[in-house]
Amino acid sequence: MKSSVIIFPGSNCDRDMDVALKKFGFENQMVWHNDEEIPKSDLIVLPGGFSYGDYLRCGSIAGKSRIIKSVINFANSGGLVLGICNGFQILTETGLLPGILQQNKYLNFICKNVFVKIKNKENKFFKDIKKEVLELHIAHNEGNYFCSNDELKSIEDNGQIAVTYCDNKGNDNEENNPNGALKNIAGVFNKNKNILGMMPHPERMIDQYLSGEDGSLFFENLIGSL
Amino acid sequence: MKVKVIVTLKNGVLDPQGKAIQQTLNGMSFENVSEVRQGKYFDIEVKESDESKAKTQVEDMCKKLLANLVIEDYKIL
Repeated sequence: MKSSVIIFPGSNCDRDMDVALKKFGFENQMVWHNDEEIPKSDLIVLPGGFSYGDYLRCGSIAGKSRIIKSVINFANSGGLVLGICNGFQILTETGLLPGILQQNKYLNFICKNVFVKIKNKENKFFKDIKKEVLELHIAHNEGNYFCSNDELKSIEDNGQIAVTYCDNKGNDNEENNPNGALKNIAGVFNKNKNILGMMPHPERMIDQYLSGEDGSLFFENLIGSL
Repeated sequence: MKVKVIVTLKNGVLDPQGKAIQQTLNGMSFENVSEVRQGKYFDIEVKESDESKAKTQVEDMCKKLLANLVIEDYKIL
C-alpha cells in the first residue's frame, strides 16, 4: 500500500508520520507542498505542525497551496485522506471537512495524553479496531472544534463525528473536554467517510516503551482496511 | 487604490481572546468595560483605479481567504 505525506513549510510531525506508516507496512513517500502532482497513493496524509507559521488562521495558507488541488481531487474521487492536528485544520480550511478549529477555550497550549471514544466504525479508519476508547496524544493551541447548529445537526445525522474526548471509560462529557470543543468533538469525517481529520496524534502512540500503543491499533487497522 | 477590511468573529461565536482582554481591562480599573470582541484589520493595495471594481475584487478575497465564513464576518471600509 502506498501513502504520501505532504510537507508544508512549518510541518513538524511529517517524519513521525513517515516512521509510523512505514512501521505498519505502508510504502510511504514525502511530497513537497509546492509540487502539483501527488504520486500514485492509496492514502494521503496531511501531518501536524504549524504550516506557514499559522499565519492568518491555522491551515488557511496551506489550504491554498499548490499541492492542495491534487489533494482535493484525490479526496473527491474517493481517495483516503487523513489530516492530523494541523492537517485537520487544513482540511476544514479547504472545505473538505465541515467546521473549524478555534483557539482553545482557556487560551492555553495543551500537550498531554487524552482518551478518545470512537463514535463510528463504519469506515476504513476505525472499522476493525476492537477497542472503543483509545489513549492518544494531543498538542495544540487551536483544537476547539466549532460549527453552526445546522452543520452540527447534519454531521450528527450523517454519523460524521469520528472521535470525541472522554475519560478512560468513554464518558464524553464536558468534564473530559480539554479545549472547549463543541460536543467534545476531536475528529470528524466527510459525508462519504473517506476523509478523516482529528486533533489527536496516533503517530505518537506506536511504541510500548516510549508512549503507548493505541496508535498502533489505528495504523494496523488502516493498512488492513485498504 | 487602498482597500481596508475588518474581519471579526460572528455574534455568538466564543472569543476567548476578547474575553481575556476584557478581564484585563477590568483589572486595570476600566471596570465599565462589559465586552470586548477582537478581530483583524487588513490594508490591501490593489492596482486598480476603479473603486467599485477594486472592492468587488476584495470581497472575493474575503470570501476565499481573508475570512472563514463559518465563524467570521468581514466588512470592507
